[in-house]
Amino acid sequence: MAKVEKVKTPKPQELSQIDFKPPTTDWMDTPTVIKPGNFCWGGKEKDLLTLGLPNPRQWSPADEDWKLPEGWESTILEGMAERLAKYRSFKIFMDICVRCGACADKCHFYIATGDPKNMPVLRAELIRSVYKKYFTTSGKFLGKLAGARELNEDVLKEWWSYFFQCTECRRCSVFCPYGIDQAEVTIIGRELLNLVGLNIDWISGPAANCYMKGNHLGLEPHAITGNIETMCDDIEDITGIRVNPTFNRKGAEILFITPSGDLLGEPGIQTCMGYLMLFHELGLDYTWSTYASEGGNFGFFTSNDMAKRLNYKIYAEAKRLGVKWILGGECGHMWRVLSQYMDTWHGPADFLEVPKSPITGTVFENASSTKMIHISEFTADLIKHKKLNLDPSRNDHLKVTYHDSCNPSRGMGLLDEPREVIKAVCNNFYEMPESTIREKTFCCGSGSGLNASENMEQRMRGGFPRANAVKYVKEKHGVNMLANICAVDRAALPALMDYWNPGVGVTGVTELVANALVMKGEKERTTNLRFEDLPGKGGDE
Amino acid sequence: MKVLFSLLAVIVLILVAIMGAYTTSLHYTFGIIIPYLALTLFVGGFIYRVVKWGRSPVPFRIPTTIGQQKSLPWIKQNKIENPTSTLGVIVRMALEILFFRSLFRNTKTELSQGPKGPILAYGSAKWLWLGSLFFHWSFLIILIRHLRYFLDPIPFSIQILESIDGILQIGLPAVYLTDAFFLIAVTYLFLRRIFIPQLKYISLAADFFPLFLIMSIASTGVLMRYFYKVDLVAVKQLAIGLATFQPVLPSGIGAMFFVHIFLVSSLFAYFPLSKLMHMGGIFMSPTRNMISNNRMVRHINPWNQEVKYHTYEQYEDEYRDKMKKAGIPVEKE
Amino acid sequence: MYKGGKIIASLIIFVGLLTIPFFYNMGKVNAGPEINLDTPAILALAPADQQCVESPEVMKANHMQLLNQWREAAVRDGQSVYINSQGKSFEISLQNTCLNCHSTEAEKASVTGGMSNPAFGSTQFCASCHDYNAVQPLCYTCHIGSKEAAK
Repeated sequence: MAKVEKVKTPKPQELSQIDFKPPTTDWMDTPTVIKPGNFCWGGKEKDLLTLGLPNPRQWSPADEDWKLPEGWESTILEGMAERLAKYRSFKIFMDICVRCGACADKCHFYIATGDPKNMPVLRAELIRSVYKKYFTTSGKFLGKLAGARELNEDVLKEWWSYFFQCTECRRCSVFCPYGIDQAEVTIIGRELLNLVGLNIDWISGPAANCYMKGNHLGLEPHAITGNIETMCDDIEDITGIRVNPTFNRKGAEILFITPSGDLLGEPGIQTCMGYLMLFHELGLDYTWSTYASEGGNFGFFTSNDMAKRLNYKIYAEAKRLGVKWILGGECGHMWRVLSQYMDTWHGPADFLEVPKSPITGTVFENASSTKMIHISEFTADLIKHKKLNLDPSRNDHLKVTYHDSCNPSRGMGLLDEPREVIKAVCNNFYEMPESTIREKTFCCGSGSGLNASENMEQRMRGGFPRANAVKYVKEKHGVNMLANICAVDRAALPALMDYWNPGVGVTGVTELVANALVMKGEKERTTNLRFEDLPGKGGDE
Repeated sequence: MKVLFSLLAVIVLILVAIMGAYTTSLHYTFGIIIPYLALTLFVGGFIYRVVKWGRSPVPFRIPTTIGQQKSLPWIKQNKIENPTSTLGVIVRMALEILFFRSLFRNTKTELSQGPKGPILAYGSAKWLWLGSLFFHWSFLIILIRHLRYFLDPIPFSIQILESIDGILQIGLPAVYLTDAFFLIAVTYLFLRRIFIPQLKYISLAADFFPLFLIMSIASTGVLMRYFYKVDLVAVKQLAIGLATFQPVLPSGIGAMFFVHIFLVSSLFAYFPLSKLMHMGGIFMSPTRNMISNNRMVRHINPWNQEVKYHTYEQYEDEYRDKMKKAGIPVEKE
Repeated sequence: MYKGGKIIASLIIFVGLLTIPFFYNMGKVNAGPEINLDTPAILALAPADQQCVESPEVMKANHMQLLNQWREAAVRDGQSVYINSQGKSFEISLQNTCLNCHSTEAEKASVTGGMSNPAFGSTQFCASCHDYNAVQPLCYTCHIGSKEAAK
């Protein structure tokens, strides 16, 4: 395998020089460049074996030979035929695009690269052209004139490159007059690629971990309890209160599931400490699970079947433990899967009850079928009913803005709940420009499994529109903290902020809650959950 | 190249039409057989395409939520863009289909270099929306107006529509507003494909061809009204003949009529083969036409795929010792 | 088909709308306007004079322009004679020239008090063709139709 040098990410100044002039050659004649810093490593043989995915082998996208299996063409074409028969969305989206171009400058990757193949319309056309060639009369006879082309290895590599440059954020589908959703096309494109063993390591690795060990990080049961114990120690240091979470406890009222990203690394762990403190303060009868220890779902970035296989654990564990309902933590794509897929795959969850807050008595009718609610819904309800003793001044040193994660906004519609929470726990909250928030929010640039390190340039590019909107409020209002409700955001945005907007931190919403939360019997807090001195209370200030 | 090819294709169609128009012996073919054929292809093809879509299930409920979900009672739900009722979906779809709601949201992204680094700005961009709206509505009104040739007696509503359309009372015969809007809009839609580099880059021959064809239809219509006049009584007799399945071919209709009707027939026949099927597709787009009540009502996938799971029992078997050591309860000791 | 009921119903509505002309005209006779070119007034003319002001083709296509021109000439310029393309002179008058041929005796007799032109109530000119194609000339906005005048 070719050894690829670790590339240096260009400086922001350089990266923001974007040429929007299309190439002189037609896109079908413009070869795809697999450029270091802009792609992720291929999926590992062992992970594909674990998951039982096709064509496990050691390979590198940097090599000329991708070691495709014999007869891969027919595998792809049969795969397309199968998916056309299974998904009306795919069929319609292949057929009705008029190439009006409304989606083009809505994609963060297009805005940040100027590469026309990153326009959602052209990204879809990469696969539409093959669809036309093999599945439509006009394409068969008119060929290139109808926008059709043969499937060959270059086309396949192009798919791989560009379907792993789409974060399935659905922003384009907001603007499409027919609601064509490039996420749907990308999802199916990635499924097809997976049929011939083309994946990326940053997806198949976590997926394999999640399948075997219950979570993406591959934390074994004792590691999960260990990590959380450490957090409890920290909480005790900060508040003087010992919280005692339980694991795999049968008969608990609530099963709590969060992305495993919250169990390791900052600022995820502070969000997790926030959950622990909040639940302790409420005296919530809840349990963690080491088996269903992942809210996120990297299977969703592999194939529908894979997503279903990983998602199974949530209801299965809720059933085994005999809980009444499920509470979910802060995560992005997790909530797309939970709202739009889980119930269809593994429902009906008739062994659970409609979630009812034991504190306020609010019945969450909006989750009457899935029986799973979002921590922001839960917390917003607590705050509305004044069940939390909050001191927002503890967050006064923060000027907060809020990043809507793509999936909760465009695959669920969770927009106001986290804002209500933030406004109750922070005195300084500023919205980013209207075109960059809520349903029009920009992706962090690292979603859908692209949060690796080898593609840092790509990630910094993809996050450019988001970062630029943060920069706007940073300059206008002095914003220094970017709140969010997504584990991938918490992992990806710190690097993005350091790159584009140094000095802006990243936090989960529940961390802000926990910092403001005045717990019963707590000692005078001198630091926040990051052990940073609280304004006016620290020893050094 | 793509533009040229599409233009040539339409020119060839026009030439064929002119040949038909000036060859009296072909009038029956061009005036009667081809229109019937085109209508059959249109209706048959349209149904075929829609049924083909319908044969694929919608396995998951995947509306694009473009507003606040229904959750806590005091949080205001966006009942149209995140609809949890059939009525909401109907309103959402009506706004999409009648007023191009999503296109109305369009923005234009602009990158500039400020003193403190790059600045991305998102400006309003309503021209495409406006152009499309004028194009489609004008097209529809023109089509309905043409019913005066196909209906006898002509319903009052169509006469009203026509008098509103000609309200300016300019010219003789009076200029129709929709004719003007239509020509301007179709020209705009064409020019933006030529002059916006990104759009030119993504445009295919299949994008230019219908534009040219529609332009030629509109132009021949206008020519027929003002310059190459035809005998409208004869035209109507032919049209009614078609509509009553008793085709007649009155003499002396005028050549431009045959050119016009041949181009219209071409459009009808081409329609189901092309992207123009967005007309039917928009009704069936799962990101827009579904109720966003996923968490309230279970959606059924007819092919809910059987897959292999890693069960808790397997998990416990693998980690029992470690679990016990960490004090985690297990099923089997 | 999935959700086939809705799809089929929609398709039926769509095809129904498309085929309105077929149902609307069902069983009707394709009867165009009957225009007699053999009114007594025409037959009374010498065969050489039986052509209208211009040739039938020109009249069919351009009668509206001609009438406009006549109106301009008569009302604004005070001219009373029109010389056609063959050099033949005609009196510029709707009543005396056009309707002299294009109306029946009965219609002529129905003219009351100079209020209206018989043409407006005629089953022949102008209404028959104009009604057939729903063309509404602007004449009627000023000149009240005979039927209404009779009321």
